[in-house]
This record gives sequence, structure tokens and C-alpha cells, in this order.
Amino acid sequence: MIESIFQYEFLQNAFASGLIIGFIAPLLGVFIVVRRLSLIADALSHVTLAGIAGSLYLSQSIGALALLNPLYLGIVASVTGSLFIERLRRLYKHYEELAIPIIMSAGLGFGAIFISLAEGFSSDLFSYLFGSVSAVSRQDLWIIIGIALIVIIFLSLFFKELFVLSFDEEYAKASGLPAKWIHVLFMIVTALVIAGSMRIVGILLVSSLMTLPVAAAMRISKSFKQAILLSVIFGELSVVIGLVSAFYLDLAPGGTIVVTSIIILLLTIFSKKIGSKGAVSG
Amino acid sequence: MGTPLINLHNISYQYEQTKALTDINLTIAEGDFLAIIGPNGSGKSTLLKIILGLLKPTKGEVLLFGKPVTQFKDKERIGYVSQKSNSFNTGFPATVTEVVRSGLVKKTGLFHRYPANVDKLVKQALKSVGMDEFSMKNIGDLSGGQQQRVFIARALISNPNILILDEPTVGVDSKNVKSFYNMLSHLNREHNITIVLVTHDVDAVSKSISHVACLNQRIHFHGFKNDMDQMSDEQLEAWYGHAVRKVDHQSEVKS
Repeated sequence: MIESIFQYEFLQNAFASGLIIGFIAPLLGVFIVVRRLSLIADALSHVTLAGIAGSLYLSQSIGALALLNPLYLGIVASVTGSLFIERLRRLYKHYEELAIPIIMSAGLGFGAIFISLAEGFSSDLFSYLFGSVSAVSRQDLWIIIGIALIVIIFLSLFFKELFVLSFDEEYAKASGLPAKWIHVLFMIVTALVIAGSMRIVGILLVSSLMTLPVAAAMRISKSFKQAILLSVIFGELSVVIGLVSAFYLDLAPGGTIVVTSIIILLLTIFSKKIGSKGAVSG
Repeated sequence: MGTPLINLHNISYQYEQTKALTDINLTIAEGDFLAIIGPNGSGKSTLLKIILGLLKPTKGEVLLFGKPVTQFKDKERIGYVSQKSNSFNTGFPATVTEVVRSGLVKKTGLFHRYPANVDKLVKQALKSVGMDEFSMKNIGDLSGGQQQRVFIARALISNPNILILDEPTVGVDSKNVKSFYNMLSHLNREHNITIVLVTHDVDAVSKSISHVACLNQRIHFHGFKNDMDQMSDEQLEAWYGHAVRKVDHQSEVKS
């Protein structure tokens, strides 16, 4: 495959995007998991589906938009969804989790309408749902690089504030941190990563790349720093193994990446069990 | 009396239809060790949140170091240990050092890294609460009492003038409560940190504190702990919300 990567542009795009996504999705995912926002990532991925489906429909029906990259509308939908989730969480103060099914249903509802209007599934839409090795364009890669830069800048600027917010929100507010604004920015960045990841992992599986490597890392990490490092390593391993097997077995990369993540998760669970049994018997 | 650090003027607070606090006037001076005590639902935690600026009073004014709480920016001068710290996610993958270091977040400021001597500051803060041997432990692996000490170290690392604690001994086993309050007493006397805490543990805390505020929607008593004996039966009844009888059992409050 190494020779093929240098030979074919679509493989270069897929591999480069995969490596970037394998880095930023678990990196942000650590904060998503410890802040118990995993389901919000799922809701946002469904909203992204509405944006993608809407874009595919518009490009079919309006000639001038035929060349519009669906990723743009996907990003707009995802970011709008994240802002709506925040609004709804404030509106239903005592039932914050209600925001998730509301936004998820809205995303799926609009998605279904646009898919029907576009007269069913096209192979392009299938690749958005489950990812594709061949569908990542050079333009997609540039968008993903842009999103990665935003994530890295955001985390460099707000890492310590995000740690405090994740660990103890009330303490963060009492310390005078602008908790609300940092959270809104965090949601927007999450929405961007979800939209950016879907080309590789697919809309339906994108949240798993933000949560499964983190779930595996948390089983064996002793510190927050270690949890981040291991999450990124597991994320990259899942993407590389997943992409290679998807290419050779002609499968959707979303599936192979997620199954690899699951295998890593199971290995960490068993290794910890074996480790603790060894400690007891030793 | 030392310099007033916290002034509450005619504070009232209402949760939708329910009155939580009415006309609270309270001054907390430098060096005080004040326990705010009262029955469940008496407004103790609400009062702390108003002092910290987490809740806006429906009436009245809070002054911190002479400035209105809304204009007070030096939040690092106030260390806070929330009630919630007792029920934080024990699965959170963080070491004691990482938790204590996060207490510098406000002092360091947005867009800045922690100072170069952060490790030394963490060590000092942990030492002051007797937890320096636990720096690399996972926070979830510690007992309730040890976790509370770590949260106090997190509050102390920014070198605050005031330490505010909301029910700090919830989840701490009874044999460790005494040493916990001894540690607070040491911080108050030796490091001149003004301490305000909310508690149900009147007996356990009584040896350490200098002042008491009896709260049940209103302040029914505020003064030196030894003067609490002077509360009349009517005052006690109004404070508890039902008839009570004073029993002298040579408790720490009287000593």
C-alpha cells in the first residue's frame, strides 16, 4: 500500500486526512468524554447528515451549486446544531439531556426529507454515511487541515481552562472563568471536528472515533496527560489499521476503523483484568 | 476586629416562588474562622454562592475587599471548595498534582501557561494540607477526607486571603473529621487565612472556629462562638424552625 499511497492522489488524501482526524478527534474526544458529552457528539453527527443531504439535494436541483462541496453545508449544519443544543440546554435547565434527542431527531428528520427529495441514496451519500477511502478530495483535505489548525490553536489557548471546566464546573465558575463562552467555543470546535471527520469515518460512526480511543485510554491511564497521549495513539492506530484493511478488503473505512477501535478497547479491558488478577495472585 | 473582607448588606434571595434568604447583614473580618450553621434548606449554600458571585441576590449588595462582587476581579484571593467536590466523578483520569495545579488557572490568566515554578507551588500547597506524599496518585483512588485535603490544596495554591468551604466534611469518615478541622485551624492561625465554612457538624467544628452565624433564611445569631450561649429560647426556636430545649453537655462550644 505504501507504493500506492505515493502513486494515487486519492490514497494520499485519504491517508493524510485519516492521520489528522486520528489525532484531533481523540484529542478533543478526551474532553468530550470526561465532560459526559459523548451523546452530544452523536447528535451533532446526525445534524451534519441534514447539511450533507441538503447540499446533495441543492447540487442536484440548482445547476449553479452542482460543484458545491457538501462539507461546507455539513459544517454550517453542525455548528448551528451545536449552538441550538446549548440554547436548548439552557431552556430545559432541569432536563438538559432533552437537547440531545431534540437535535438528533431534527437532524435525522431534515436528513430524511432531503434524501427523499434527492430521490433516495446515491453512492456519494453512502460514502458520507460510512466513510470512503476513495472519496476524499484534495479540497476536503485542505478543509480538514484548516479544522485541525483551529482545534490545535483552541486547545493550546484554553487547555488549562478546559481541564478545570471538565473536572469541576462550579469551581471553574467560582474562579471567575468565562465558563459559558469557553463552553460555546468548545461546542463549535467539536462541531467542526465532527463535520471534518465524516469523510473518513462517516457520519454514523464519527462520534466513535472521539469516544472509543478515549474509553480505551481511560482504562489504563493514571493521569490526564497520559489519557490524552494514549487516546491519540489508539486513535491513530485505529485509523491506520482501519484504512489499510478497508483498502485491501474493499470495505467502508468507517466500519474497519471502528472495529479496530473496539478491538483496542477490548484489549485494554482484558489487559487490565489480567494485570489486576496478576497483582492479586502475586 | 480585623479589616472587613466580606460585607453583606440587606441580602435577600428568592428561588422562583421560594424565599431562601431575607435581609442578611453580615461582616466577615480578616482572621475570622466563621462557621455558618443551620438546618437543611436554611440557605447556607445559597449564601456562599452569593458571596462568590455565582448567584445574583434579588436585593442587597455584596462587597469583597471593599469592592462590589460584580466588579471584583481578583478571584484568586478567594479559595473555594465546593460541596460538589464531594461527589465529583471519581473515574476522572487525573493525578493529585494535575488537580492542585488547576487551582492556578485564574491567577495565570487566559492564554498563558502555568508559571515555571508550578511544581514547587503544588508541593508547597500539598505539604500545607499533609498530602505531599500523594502527588502522583490518581484523585479517584483517595479516600473522601484525602480528596477534600487535595481540594483545599487546590484552593490554597493561589495564596488566597479567604478560604470558603461548603460542607467540607460530607463523605469524610468521622475519625478523620477532627484532624481535618485541626488542619483548617492551623491554616487560620499560622497562615492568617480567613475561613468561612458551611457545616452541620457543630460539635466537630466548634473547637476550631472563632465565630458562628446561625442561619435559617435570616441570620439569628452572629458573633463569637462562646456568646452563642446567650441565644434566647425564642431565638433558638426561630433558628431551628421548631421548639428546642437547651441542654448543657459541656460541649466544645462552651469551652
